[in-house]
Amino acid sequence: MASISTSGVSSGAEPNSIRASLLSIRNVAKSFGRNAVLRNISLEIAEGEFLTILGESGSGKTTLLRIVAGFESASAGELWMGEERLDRQPPYRRRVNTVFQSYALFPHLTVEQNVGYGLRVAKRPDAEIVSRVAEALDKVKMTPHAKSKPSKISGGQQQRVALARALVNRPRLLLLDEPLSALDANLRRQMQVELKSLQREVGIAFVFVTHDQEEAMVMSDRIALLRSGELEQVATPREIYSRPATAYVAQFIGHTNLLKGEVRGGVARCTSLSWPAKFPDGPALFSLRPENIRLVAAGRTGDAGSVRLRGKVLHRAFHGATELIGVEAGDGLVLVVRTSGSAAQDTVELEFSPDDAVPVRESPGRV
Amino acid sequence: MSSETVTIPRSSWLLLHAVAVFAFLYLPIAVLILYSFNGEGVGGFPPHHLTLDWYRTLFADGPIWDSVLNSLQVAFAAMVISLAFGVPAALALDRAQFPGKALFRRLVLLPLILPGIITGLSLLMLFNLTGTRLSLLTIMLGHGTALISVATTEVFAGLQKLDRAQEEASLDLGANYWQTFWRITVPNLKLPIVGAALLIFTLSMDEIAVSFFLIGRDNTLPLEIWGRLRRGITPEINAISTVIFIFSLVAIVFWYRLRVRAEGSADVMAELSEPTSP
Amino acid sequence: MFSRAYKTAVTAPPLVWVAVFLLVPYLLMFCYSFWSVTPAQTIVHSWDLGNYRNLLRVDVYWQTLLRSMWIAARVTIFSLLLGYPLAYFLSFYAGRRKDLFYQLVIIPLWVSYLVRAYAWKTILGSDGVLNTLLQYVHLTKHPLEFLLYSPFAVVLTLTHIYTPFTFLPIYAALEHIPRNLVEASHDLGATPAQTFWKVIFPLSIPGVLAGATFAFVLSLGDFLAPLLLGGPSGIMISNIVVSLFGAAYNWPLGAAISLCMLVLVVSLLFLSERLEKKWSFS
Repeated sequence: MASISTSGVSSGAEPNSIRASLLSIRNVAKSFGRNAVLRNISLEIAEGEFLTILGESGSGKTTLLRIVAGFESASAGELWMGEERLDRQPPYRRRVNTVFQSYALFPHLTVEQNVGYGLRVAKRPDAEIVSRVAEALDKVKMTPHAKSKPSKISGGQQQRVALARALVNRPRLLLLDEPLSALDANLRRQMQVELKSLQREVGIAFVFVTHDQEEAMVMSDRIALLRSGELEQVATPREIYSRPATAYVAQFIGHTNLLKGEVRGGVARCTSLSWPAKFPDGPALFSLRPENIRLVAAGRTGDAGSVRLRGKVLHRAFHGATELIGVEAGDGLVLVVRTSGSAAQDTVELEFSPDDAVPVRESPGRV
Repeated sequence: MSSETVTIPRSSWLLLHAVAVFAFLYLPIAVLILYSFNGEGVGGFPPHHLTLDWYRTLFADGPIWDSVLNSLQVAFAAMVISLAFGVPAALALDRAQFPGKALFRRLVLLPLILPGIITGLSLLMLFNLTGTRLSLLTIMLGHGTALISVATTEVFAGLQKLDRAQEEASLDLGANYWQTFWRITVPNLKLPIVGAALLIFTLSMDEIAVSFFLIGRDNTLPLEIWGRLRRGITPEINAISTVIFIFSLVAIVFWYRLRVRAEGSADVMAELSEPTSP
Repeated sequence: MFSRAYKTAVTAPPLVWVAVFLLVPYLLMFCYSFWSVTPAQTIVHSWDLGNYRNLLRVDVYWQTLLRSMWIAARVTIFSLLLGYPLAYFLSFYAGRRKDLFYQLVIIPLWVSYLVRAYAWKTILGSDGVLNTLLQYVHLTKHPLEFLLYSPFAVVLTLTHIYTPFTFLPIYAALEHIPRNLVEASHDLGATPAQTFWKVIFPLSIPGVLAGATFAFVLSLGDFLAPLLLGGPSGIMISNIVVSLFGAAYNWPLGAAISLCMLVLVVSLLFLSERLEKKWSFS
């Protein structure tokens, strides 16, 4: 069960992936008693990148974040920041700051005192504290609330203060533990955009933990998908969507159809369907996105080389701009298809390109 | 609330019972206040003429005030000892694992419920063995030890409610453990600590069972009162008790205000400490 | 998140203090209980069960212990009878005046224990408040002598002192009962009495146990109220211990009796803790 190394990921050719490594997580494992929460995690975090650790609750994503922050110690493995062994340092010596899930603003201190806390305990000169706090508050547009206590400001404002409090210390890495989960949907979308542009502006690497795949897609340079304490895939959002490595990844991110079949002599077969596939012989699993299946108007010839099938419409779900329809394609095979128009007929003709049937590894215990 | 759905007769029986219990609880207090103004001293009912004589005698009574001073010293020392060891004990129970933790927890909390005579006697044996001369110091050690339990229960309850992320955030922002303790942990535990301090102070001022065995040459106030009660009836005792009662009421009001302001809720008092032994 | 140094720093000082001032003294008491004292009043490290044999053989010791338990049991019952309905009334019927009533229960605790016991002496004495009053309204001709210097006086005084202590945990338990349970019970057709016996009372049992343990244990070990109000027939076990450590000068025997009390109290606490766990459902 080797975890996926990040070296092969750069094929996505996004500019961020060429940057120098900032933090190196090497073979980290963590167990609480007999319960293994993280297994053999290796991950490189680059300078200035926005990396999202995505996973369901219980996947170990928060534990991984807490190990980087220093609140938990790893049972095995190492953390390196440049030449420095990070995992031997107490949290207060790491140039890593955290934005907590419930913000953890100090209730007995004002907004200003909260933001100045890190500088004050570091015994910076008063004048410097004052000017840096003012600057940080200005950056998150909280200057008018400088003298308020945290209980007197809104959730979104608390979030900005938590950000300012962390960033004012000029950390090399900022950790964010589901910082948007307490906000309502609209504010959340707005904060996603703001957070992303703030990250570009300050140029600090962000490690963002979330269970929301949409949020991960919108914000990240790269996504590390964690499942039951193991990394399933680390890649850019585009790549993780179009080239999922495992069945779990394919299902977790967006909708997909999983086709179970086998490859023999360069031909993939699944029920009555077959298409050319240059893979070694043996059982195989393919992920086929609903939007990659097209409706073909009756009687028209489709694209050359595409796979064609007929089927009966079982159910429809309206999604605004598009519609998802379930099509029974014979032999118990049901495909979900995304259409833009409304297909009123009961029987439809479908086609997809063999390139869009992406081979994925089975994810044990799921599918 | 369910109070509207309930039939009247039932609650009026309960009200009657409550009034009777309150009468029972307050009868001795009323008597003691009344008799502190009674010209004939303690005999006779109802009092025939009222006087402030007993207060005058009280304020001229040197030994009483010496014992008050002693008690204040003991209570202050007990408060310092109990907090100095009770707060770390609560932190240890909340966040450290060590062999014998269960025994430790039971031992710390035992004096809270144990009859004072056992705590007093066992310490007497210790001091006897080590050849320690009995004095106010031994009483301070006794009270301090017995009342660690109060500090520990109060602060432990506070810690259970404290969001661990508060301290994590502080460490994360570069404060070391010592800075975090003073800047974050203590301010967050202000109420339990002040509450425990007040409670320890009052309990120590009133403590007699432990002091009874550890007393040296100097009396604490309860022991001074005890000595006089054994010798005979003195209405002065009523006067000093009334004075202390008034002080206690002021302390209650102060404490109540503090809590309501900090927590701003009406059910504040429901969370008041577990009962403690007199 | 807490380093080893932090954990050591918070654990070691209280651990040492508790070992020196609680554990060692209890062990010392244990040792003393096997020693003996010579007629010349020196303590001999004899290591035998003589003191415990004495405890069983000499009637006055075990009889006094039984009497103390009987007094403590009565105090417990009366405190519960007074405290429970009061707590129930406050929690369910006092409405907005709840806080005020609660304070009224607490306030007597701030008056010195000794002074309250003494006030009862003033009330119960032959020329005390009660007797004077009874004669004043011509209910009795002569002062009632049994009121003071009797087990009755001790039980009355200790009940007065421990009722608030019994009340507190019961009240806390009642306050923790979610009010929608009561509404659900009414909704399902239960009468107020059925609701009380089938829902409220069972959920308040941990509080009752805690309150009862408090009242029993603390009154069992009391020695001041008996000295002040008990007279010869109201002597309790702690009074014997006090005299053994004082004028009678037999520390080893006193230690043996104290140790029996300690064992009794600790087993009661243990039992009560087990029962409380059994009756708590959260």
